[in-house]
Amino acid sequence: MSPRLAAAFERLSEYLGAHVLLSASALVLGVATSLPLAIAATRSARLRWPLLALASLIQTIPSLALLALFYPLLLALSALSLAALGVGFSALGFLPSLLALTLYSMLPILRNTVAGIGGVEPAIREAADALGMTPRQKLLQVELPLAAPVVMAGIRTAAVWTIGAATLSTPVGQTSLGNYIFAGLQTENWVFVLFGCAASAGLALAADQLLGLMEAGLRRRRRLLVLAGAVGLVAGVAFALLPLAGLGRPAAYVVGAKNFSEQYILAELMAGRLEREGARVARKDNLGSAVAYRALAAGELDVYVDYSGTLWTNVLGRTDNPGRQAVLDQLTAELARRDDVRVLGSLGFENAYAFVMRPDRARELGVASIADLARQAPGLRLGSDLEFLSRPEWKAVETAYGLKFRSATAYQPTFMYRALAGGEADVISAFSSDGRIAADRLVVLTDPKAAIPPYDAVVLVSPRRRDDARLLAALQPLIGKLPVEAMRAANYSVDRDGGKASPAEAARKLQTDLGL
Amino acid sequence: MAKRARPWKMPPVIELQAVSKRYGAQAALDAASLRVASGEFVALVGGSGSGKTTLLKTINGLVRPDEGRVTALGEDAAAASHALRRRIGYAFQEVGLFPHRTVAENIAVTPTLLGWEAARIAARVAELLALVSLPRAVGDRLPAELSGGQRQRVGVARALAGEPALVLMDEPFGALDPVTRDTLGADYRALHDRLGLTTVMVTHDMAEAALLADRVVVMKAGRILADGAPADLLARNVDPEVRDLLEAPLRQARRLEDRFGA
Repeated sequence: MSPRLAAAFERLSEYLGAHVLLSASALVLGVATSLPLAIAATRSARLRWPLLALASLIQTIPSLALLALFYPLLLALSALSLAALGVGFSALGFLPSLLALTLYSMLPILRNTVAGIGGVEPAIREAADALGMTPRQKLLQVELPLAAPVVMAGIRTAAVWTIGAATLSTPVGQTSLGNYIFAGLQTENWVFVLFGCAASAGLALAADQLLGLMEAGLRRRRRLLVLAGAVGLVAGVAFALLPLAGLGRPAAYVVGAKNFSEQYILAELMAGRLEREGARVARKDNLGSAVAYRALAAGELDVYVDYSGTLWTNVLGRTDNPGRQAVLDQLTAELARRDDVRVLGSLGFENAYAFVMRPDRARELGVASIADLARQAPGLRLGSDLEFLSRPEWKAVETAYGLKFRSATAYQPTFMYRALAGGEADVISAFSSDGRIAADRLVVLTDPKAAIPPYDAVVLVSPRRRDDARLLAALQPLIGKLPVEAMRAANYSVDRDGGKASPAEAARKLQTDLGL
Repeated sequence: MAKRARPWKMPPVIELQAVSKRYGAQAALDAASLRVASGEFVALVGGSGSGKTTLLKTINGLVRPDEGRVTALGEDAAAASHALRRRIGYAFQEVGLFPHRTVAENIAVTPTLLGWEAARIAARVAELLALVSLPRAVGDRLPAELSGGQRQRVGVARALAGEPALVLMDEPFGALDPVTRDTLGADYRALHDRLGLTTVMVTHDMAEAALLADRVVVMKAGRILADGAPADLLARNVDPEVRDLLEAPLRQARRLEDRFGA
């Protein structure tokens, strides 16, 4: 078996277990809320229309956006409950995913239950009334049993949707089969992407078949089939959850990573050092940029690496640039004061936003700085990552140099470099520590007006762990020890097309190369 | 008719007082009044849209009147509780058997709701299957496995299962071939007499009404046009429409005699 496939199988029990737990919980919750609502809707036409319209509306929200929306909502609720009751809860991971997927699962169940009960012949309803059944008896003894196959078909659809959409819960910090897909997309590990797709499709197919068995049993009034489907489902869920029981012991430390290769490598580097000290470590990968800092401040992560400029603009809301050291000093003081977060120090390299061009194109146009670029920009196409164009840094550069491009397109970072190489973009908003800059001999444009703030990679420690001796001892030796060349090489070893290393391998190599 | 002569001794089983019911602009019942005494077999006849089905359904509260008052078995039918409905048998043309329950379970619905013991229910189901001339093995089948005639027999058995004193029927033998229909009708009439029931039956077939009922009530546009024993009706009624309706089966019978050469 190829090492990448082996690595995929190694994670399967954890990812699958988390995925099954999440989707099964969402489905159970979805059924538990949708059935009573649908029954109420069949009784009242006034309720029916708004309910179905609302459920349809939710369905039109892209599932990723729905998941993303629940994070700030829960964060606010948690803050409210902390203020009112003194108890907060985690706004990251399981809870937002559960709520979003539950909402997502409701439409097919609602619609089919309303249709199923509505489809019971009027003569049968009339008989139930005339024979002296109460409304409740009519519902339980006649309407629901007759609607059951249609309801089950709705649950089946909901199950397939939920299992598919659950892969999107990875960016809000919930482990799922989506971890394969998101990590694979970032590191161009197509084995992971395919593996994640196949695993989630296989799971959806299995759930669909078992629920289909129950549906057929209900339709043909064969109790044995219904029972077989139910037993199969329960056994499948139990089997998938079994490995989670072993993971039940809480990890001592939670190491976070955002969603790109450098973050995976640095998280592995820190986690490896903690594990060598004998600590149990859990990893939370693929977090959104804003999600990561809030999670750390809320104590859901213990440590992760962020960048001074990002924190400066996004967390502190600053747009000025007082210089590299001043930013770092003020940041250290402010984050400690505001959120009790400890900035352990800079790792020794910067990962700044940088405008990057292919050497031939830069020569041809005579562009060496962003000021040069501004003159040519109206004829050029900009490629950026997904968030750059909505970040304050872009606004700052845009204003400082009066940049106006012919067009601007956002890509996943991997595809952004592809677009530059393929000539679909003339200039991209790259990252200065990216290995692909050196590998492709790309030209980094200078920033004479210092419009882009510095982006020192800094280690952040959560309020709970700010004085944790073991953590500090394990991570302190990293401070100031990582030159940008070493980071670029490590990043490239993960990102390149042939002879890829895994983030863990790259982290181990970094550790030995630097003699840490 | 002796019962009607002493209403203070024998209160009516059913009483409608100026009952009206509208569906949109359409009047289904227009100030209809009716009294039915214990033991009577009343046929409600009239064309479609005459209001006969609506009138029947006000008796067990399946339809609530807009105006007027309906009492059945001494209770206000408009406030009809499920408890009252369990005391009134109801059979209709579509039958409405529960497709997910066996024939025996269908017949047992009202007795079960009434909380009878299992042994009593089983005995009652067997008794009713015999009463409507169905083999006992039919009890284990699902409604879908029965013929139309068998289903309507089961419908009648189910209506009688809770030992009601009052039975309402809406075209209960419709959609059956004439022979089966005739037999079932006669069978039911015999049951009515044997069990001392009070029966109100809706039909559009004047021949069926005249052959089975003690009393025929003719309806049109939500009003009662005529009411009396079949023999009296023809003698007393001068309304040409009513006469036409009453004479139709007679004319038909005479023509049939001619053609068959009897």
